[in-house]
Amino acid sequence: MRLLSTKATCDTHGQGSSYFIGWEAYEKNPYDEVHNPKGIIQMGLAENQLSFDLLESWLEKNPDVSGFKRDGKSMFRELALFQDYHGLPSFKKALADFMSDIRGNKVTFDPNHMVLTAGSTSANETLMFCLAEEGDAFLLPTPYYPGFDRDLKWRTGVEIVPIQCTSSNNFQITEPALQQAYQDACKRNLRVKGVLVTNPSNPLGTTMSRSEMNLLVDFIKSQNDMHLISDEIYSGTVFSSPGFVSVMEVLKERNDLKDGDEIWNRVHVIYSLSKDLGLPGFRVGVIYSENDTVVAAATKMSSFGLVSSQTQYLLSAMLEDKKFTKNYIVENQKRLKRRQRMLVSGLKKAGISCLESNAGLFCWVDMRHLLHSNTFDAEIELWKNIVYKVGLNISPGSSCHCSEPGWFRLCFANMSEETLNLAMKRLKGFVVESTSTTQSHRSALFNASSKRNSLTKWVFRLSSRDHHRDQEER
Amino acid sequence: MGLSHRGLQLLSNIATNDKHGENSPYFDGWKAYDTNPFHPTNNPEGVIQMGLAENQLCPDLIEEWIRNNPEASICTAEGVNWFRYIANFQDYHGLPEFRNAVANYMSKTRGGKVKFDPDRILMSGGATGANELIMFCLANPGEAFLVPSPFYPAFIRDLCWRPRVQLVPVECHSSNNFMITREALEDAYKKAKEDNINIKGLILTNPSNPLGSTVDRETLRSIVSFINEKNIHLVCDEIYAATVFRAPCFVSVSEVIQDMEHCNLNLIHIVYSLSKDMGLPGFRVGIIYSYNDEVVSCGRKMSSFGLVSSQTQYFLAALLSDDKFVDKYLGESARRLEQRHSHFTKGLEKVNITCLPSNAGLFCWMNLRGLLKEQTFEGEMMLWRVIINEVKLNVSPGSSFNCSEPGWFRVCFANMDDQTVDIALKRIRAFVGKETGSKPVEHKRWKSNLRLSFSSRRFEENVMSPHMMSPHSPMPRSPLVKAT
Repeated sequence: MRLLSTKATCDTHGQGSSYFIGWEAYEKNPYDEVHNPKGIIQMGLAENQLSFDLLESWLEKNPDVSGFKRDGKSMFRELALFQDYHGLPSFKKALADFMSDIRGNKVTFDPNHMVLTAGSTSANETLMFCLAEEGDAFLLPTPYYPGFDRDLKWRTGVEIVPIQCTSSNNFQITEPALQQAYQDACKRNLRVKGVLVTNPSNPLGTTMSRSEMNLLVDFIKSQNDMHLISDEIYSGTVFSSPGFVSVMEVLKERNDLKDGDEIWNRVHVIYSLSKDLGLPGFRVGVIYSENDTVVAAATKMSSFGLVSSQTQYLLSAMLEDKKFTKNYIVENQKRLKRRQRMLVSGLKKAGISCLESNAGLFCWVDMRHLLHSNTFDAEIELWKNIVYKVGLNISPGSSCHCSEPGWFRLCFANMSEETLNLAMKRLKGFVVESTSTTQSHRSALFNASSKRNSLTKWVFRLSSRDHHRDQEER
Repeated sequence: MGLSHRGLQLLSNIATNDKHGENSPYFDGWKAYDTNPFHPTNNPEGVIQMGLAENQLCPDLIEEWIRNNPEASICTAEGVNWFRYIANFQDYHGLPEFRNAVANYMSKTRGGKVKFDPDRILMSGGATGANELIMFCLANPGEAFLVPSPFYPAFIRDLCWRPRVQLVPVECHSSNNFMITREALEDAYKKAKEDNINIKGLILTNPSNPLGSTVDRETLRSIVSFINEKNIHLVCDEIYAATVFRAPCFVSVSEVIQDMEHCNLNLIHIVYSLSKDMGLPGFRVGIIYSYNDEVVSCGRKMSSFGLVSSQTQYFLAALLSDDKFVDKYLGESARRLEQRHSHFTKGLEKVNITCLPSNAGLFCWMNLRGLLKEQTFEGEMMLWRVIINEVKLNVSPGSSFNCSEPGWFRVCFANMDDQTVDIALKRIRAFVGKETGSKPVEHKRWKSNLRLSFSSRRFEENVMSPHMMSPHSPMPRSPLVKAT
């Protein structure tokens, strides 16, 4: 007799994937400047470690909060007992304002439409439980965050059907791709309950365009029980133009809203403080919806993963300090921009280009030219070399369900500048070495002069920023 | 693409059905309280909340510890060096110091008779999250768990709502103090089989909610042998473990299996939490402890959906590994619970109201069968509405716990101060006197050698008694709320 549930014994949690295997390799041999300088550098972790000093200095200036105090009086007992799933009102208000600030106040958020959850991991799962039955499907543009396989599918039984995006147009969502995904779902007898996007995108690091968002809103309007979920967890990490446009802003702008007012009932936003504020340990997730039934149901479900009252209290005080938050948002973005530039130029020196990005904690890096063949097997082979020989844990595109082999996500905000420089040095060394290896390999196959010409052209291409265009020529 | 013909169903069944249980009449009592909450000066005629199993007797001990241990907070000058590490820490294994401290604490609350392995400790969003998680691991939708009645009402939400597990009650009766008998277990199991219900396990709360009594060693052994025989799981929710205030002392399932050689440990799982023992429901600390390696592995991945805030883990790691503090806390907490329980039950006895003999928990299982107009559940509901609307006490009727006999009520006593307890007793005495036509027995003046659980500043204008908000409450009254 089967002892455990099917959910316990299947692998829908996705943790057998390469994404997590790289983590394990890192954990067994983690880089440390002093104790393990040859260890693996963690570049697979989308964490924001650049701005802790700003938070720490705020804490130093606000000692009351630290001792559970308000105006000298202890709040401990009240906090210890506070388990209302509506959440701490002051925290929700401060969060709503913070979310508005990030969007340049072009949209405002109503705390009564917010549900607090234990991280966006829980928020995404909860929203699935609310919007879809087991066996329904959501369409997601590829490449997408590997954790969605666990968060959206595992315990809910919901399916993900990919909207295939390609490098030919910088992985933007197109109407044909959307339609194709819908057809694919129908062929599998799956009822499509909507679309889920991450904006700014993980792993691309790009903000979604207005036209893409309008395309998606038009799409869900075509059937009156489809939803659009916009996971805006990286909304505060946008560091250069084009700026961030939230789906809420797009809805406001649409001039078909008079008869389309009900669309507000079908568009939902996910948020978290794990990326913008760099506080993943505190488990703060948000579901935002104008649909009262969704809010009511999700609020009850949040019982399974409420935010610790101790944490709500600390963060409400912090986010209520508007001077602090405004300064934080600006400074954090500055640092992210600088760090991204470092990674991009370091990669360039190694002859590697990446997708032009304006957000996120990572770059979407093009290593197609380093593959032995244009296959996912070759991608995994390259990946293993990079993890175990070069000592960098990076995320292969296949773990993000990318449709083309050769793309990798590299994170830049979870390490010091020195470590990032070291990582770039190692990568450059690897590329040079594999170039020379390939050189000698090719010389065995081609005659000398044509070999030299093709090699020169090839090396030239490597350092060209228009690399992706050259790819089509290959 | 055109409109589909598939019929509008905007949200899921789970989102729109009633299985969260919050539409049950049980919550009418909460509503009555929320619209008219008792306050000693502002609203002395209001409804006293006795439906809330919270432990508010010992926060002063923890407050004192906090004052003496500023380094336990990552926000103080003494602790801020750890801020970035902790804020960044989202490993679902949990902070090792936290797991070690919890293992240590769990062992202490079981009299040191069991050792717990920190690597088997999983986190979850409170015991609410833990119970749901364990169901996801052990049972498929449609499968069932046996549960002795009366049982905690929210099991229906926690076990049945999203995991879609069925609950099959095992009836227990007052004739033997609601003890779980082997016969009742076998009967329930057999009937389920006949009805083609696939039983995957048995879940019980020990110490019991709502009974307030611990399961004795022999019964536990019998239960363990029953589940082994049927090859089904045993989930013991031991959330009230450290609320045992009098003999017999607590016997955990972890202790019992130590000398049952033939027990298949893969079937044994414990749910725990700090919400009752330590009175910290706001901190959302749920624990799953399983002897089954696969459950530990899978459960750990699932814990991603409800990890304990690292800030809270860090604080509790320090608190719970302070042996001196823990020993003092456990002793003093038991003492205060005993005093409160004794005071309350003696007060009830003055008007011939008896409670089930109990040695644990934050409540009494009160026998009001003598006051029922008719010995039916309708009679119970009628009495309950009178108690809420006229006596102005929110107590919980036995039917909401799936009790098989009408007339029992759970009444909580640890979520208020001494004065409020006395006012509640006075109201009960007056009511019973009226109902039975007898004069209330003259009561002794209780000497105030009972230590106040709270300082009187609780009732300053801007600091109201904190109450857990009912799920339905749109306007919670905690001072934290007023701060908006």
